[in-house]
Amino acid sequence: MQVTVTVNGEQYTRDIEGRLLLVHFLRDHLGLTGTHWGCDTSNCGTCVVWLDGEPVKSCTVLAAMADGHEVRTVEGLEQGGELDPIQRGFMECHGLQCGFCTPGMLMTTRALLDRNPHPSEGEIREAISGQICRCTGYSTIVRSVQWAAAEQDGTRTSVGTGA
Amino acid sequence: MTTLEQRPVTEFVDNDQHPVGYGRMLRKEDPRFIRGKGRYVDDLQLSGMLHLAILRAPMAHAKIVSVDISAAQAHPKVKLVVTGAMLAEKGLAWMPTLSNDVQAVLATDKVRFQGQEVAFVVAEDRYSARDALELIDVEYEILEPVVDARRALDRDAPVIRTDLEGKTNNHCFDWETGDAAATDAVFDNAEVVVSQDIVYPRVHPAPMETCGAVADYDGIDGKLTLWCTSQAPHAHRTLYALVAGLPEHKIRVVAPDIGGGFGNKVPIYPGYVCAIVGSLLTGKPVKWMEDRSENLTSTGFARDYIMRGDIAASRDGKILAIRSRVLADHGAFNGTAAPVKYPAGFFGVFTGSYDLQAAYCHMTAVYTNKAPGGVAYACSFRITEAVYFVERLVDCLADELQLDPVELRQRNLLKPEQFPYATKTGWVYDSGDYPATLREALRIAGYDELRREQAERRARGELMGIGVSTFTEAVGAGPRKDMDILGLGMADGCELRVHPTGKAVVRLSVQTQGQGHETTFAQIVAEELGIPPADIEVVHGDTDQTPFGLGTYGSRSTPVSGAAAALVSRKIRDKARIIASGMLEVSVADLEWDKGKFSVAGDPGKAVTIQEIAMRAHGAGDLPEGIEGGLDAEVCYNPSNLTYPNGAYICVVDVDPGTGTVKVRRFVAVDDCGTRINPMIIEGQVHGGLVDGVGMALMEMIAFDENGTCLGGSLMDYLIPTALEVPDWETGFTTTPSPHHPIGAKGIGESATVGSPPAVVNAVVDALKPFGVRHVDMPLTPSRVWDAMQGHPTPPI
Repeated sequence: MQVTVTVNGEQYTRDIEGRLLLVHFLRDHLGLTGTHWGCDTSNCGTCVVWLDGEPVKSCTVLAAMADGHEVRTVEGLEQGGELDPIQRGFMECHGLQCGFCTPGMLMTTRALLDRNPHPSEGEIREAISGQICRCTGYSTIVRSVQWAAAEQDGTRTSVGTGA
Repeated sequence: MTTLEQRPVTEFVDNDQHPVGYGRMLRKEDPRFIRGKGRYVDDLQLSGMLHLAILRAPMAHAKIVSVDISAAQAHPKVKLVVTGAMLAEKGLAWMPTLSNDVQAVLATDKVRFQGQEVAFVVAEDRYSARDALELIDVEYEILEPVVDARRALDRDAPVIRTDLEGKTNNHCFDWETGDAAATDAVFDNAEVVVSQDIVYPRVHPAPMETCGAVADYDGIDGKLTLWCTSQAPHAHRTLYALVAGLPEHKIRVVAPDIGGGFGNKVPIYPGYVCAIVGSLLTGKPVKWMEDRSENLTSTGFARDYIMRGDIAASRDGKILAIRSRVLADHGAFNGTAAPVKYPAGFFGVFTGSYDLQAAYCHMTAVYTNKAPGGVAYACSFRITEAVYFVERLVDCLADELQLDPVELRQRNLLKPEQFPYATKTGWVYDSGDYPATLREALRIAGYDELRREQAERRARGELMGIGVSTFTEAVGAGPRKDMDILGLGMADGCELRVHPTGKAVVRLSVQTQGQGHETTFAQIVAEELGIPPADIEVVHGDTDQTPFGLGTYGSRSTPVSGAAAALVSRKIRDKARIIASGMLEVSVADLEWDKGKFSVAGDPGKAVTIQEIAMRAHGAGDLPEGIEGGLDAEVCYNPSNLTYPNGAYICVVDVDPGTGTVKVRRFVAVDDCGTRINPMIIEGQVHGGLVDGVGMALMEMIAFDENGTCLGGSLMDYLIPTALEVPDWETGFTTTPSPHHPIGAKGIGESATVGSPPAVVNAVVDALKPFGVRHVDMPLTPSRVWDAMQGHPTPPI
């Protein structure tokens, strides 16, 4: 079947099998390998992308379901050479180590900040609770999101936090 | 020729951003990761690449009667189907494990664990390869499985390893350490003896990226390139050369970005070999990526120790001796990745942080119908088991003596003046100030106040618990005279080239899986040479680009390769000093080094920078007599001892009296890893280990049913903590440099995984004190805690 999907503002038309998962469509057909695959069961969240502005787990969405819709991936976060505050937050606060869960974490927390610009620690933890990070222990991810929240409303006072 | 300079360890300075040397510095690798531009194995797309999928055994123990691949071969997109029998014809059906056992690449005679590799398919795309697996018809004759390690040596137990000639039972090995007679003598005369059965159940590292490989064999020049999820690319290359008979210079192993390792990516898995065979036979690049279920059911597990501990003490709380008996479940093949002389890894460190009169351990390891592995999950070669064992046992003794567990530890911790300290099991701890580290943890936690709060809550019927762990790690394997993996000595090479303009490239033999080597190693060189870290390129993970070394696991990168990076820098500096003496026309003895430049003693205005020296080294002018051009060097560092990081951890939990649910309210971790290179990265390493520890203590377990069916085969069944199950970590540090390491650094990658599980379990047991509970085995799930509250705690296996 043929699908047309807008990914990061660019339109792609491809012939695909009906059973093709969105994560494989993005990775293998479009070469957008920033979105990762980690578990098959929607538990790990490393495959999170946006579908029409909402975070979804692309390992359990068919590419066909994205036909005629808009997808945003980690590659679409940087705009005009400017990093998104959430990307800078993760770098500043050591919110990543191996980097494998990072794209999914970035997409989820970017969406969180869009609907709640000043999330509490509990709200951040709740937002990323559908995702697993084996490296960071989550505290630095929480700090990264707080850094980005402060950065985007101009209230940030320090570079980085922690050790 | 000058000798390597012995210099004092630099004081740790947290100079925040962009230090030239040690200090908090943002990671050099992050810009690609936050853009989705990491380069993981599965990201690789090569022209004409085919995809490989593996057919796995659905049961734990069965004879293979027949394998019919004709329907799979007829699939229009299938290029190749290979069975164990076909591999056997090429002499490739079996491969050595890292413990001198053998493991089937594809099963030929029997399947010995659920998930074992039986056949593989190579097809044009991932989905077709999977489809074709369904078309392979395997006839099995089911055999009785051996699931319970306690029954493995029963006379009537089925023999699993019928492939080993003359094998009539499931015995894997016996091992002992310490002095049995001396230990028994201390126990015979001790005022207090406490015994406890302690199980460390099977868990799995489950890195977010599963294991996989892309093999690309070039039939014209005979070169094999293997991109794979390897923590030890050089060791892997040599083993492929030895096993497959491929010439080593025609094998290039590349471990690109690795999505977490935790020991899961140390062994060579059948899938890697299948990918190589697939590429050899098709002449095309072949990709194999396992799925999550394959990762959890077939790759390197961790722990699975059934332990019995005895601890002897005086009535006033002086610990005298520890005795341990262990039944180790090694699964169907002994796939343990540990130095050859250490079949039980470093479990011998079970004497912990205490000054004992005697200690002894006897271990029996058995085969069962479960996946192979055993040394993984940030365990520092089984120190996870050792530390959990001793820290649980000490708490049981505190309970017997009705002493506060902190008080008991303070009476028995090694004192700073006792270092270097030789343990009763033959380890020489290098340095530490254990009492100071514990004091710092007590201070951060507010221990006395916590005990007061606990008393108040207990009076109200609430279940609050406080757990302590004071642990000693042993990392940085290791001295060549004692430690090798299949005959390969555990020393690490390092090469450093300083280019004419003073920029540098340092080539490491170790391989990062998220630890931040590109940053830390640039900082080590920067500290030694005064070249900014931004000007230092760190190359690693590619055997064609880097010197030989044994890779990254067991927290060995900083202790071994970190030392190599410092020493190779000093070699460069020694040469630079001679060149500088020529440039400044003074004797070498009149030069002073000030991080980045040599100046004339007493005339600081007369100086040359390392960059100017680099240009002179490559330039057209004369160099001092006997000095060759260029500014490159290499070393191979053979550590004289392990490094011994230590820590004191305090965990605070609340247990719901109605449900048995455990909530970790606080966790304080104070670590001493010697000289601290990048405190931000160190803190990250500790945090990551703490979440592992909470996971293992509360929820993670690879369980099996009576048929040997794995009950933890997906992330819906194998539970890993999310952000909601863990607190905001509270960390602190003390700094006791290692006296034998060139920069005084010790490893930190696994301290928290090693040290945190006993703190959590000790806290839960402390919370359950009103119920008379002295011990509950992990994982402390609500139902298991509830059982303990009802007076019948049961072992998980």
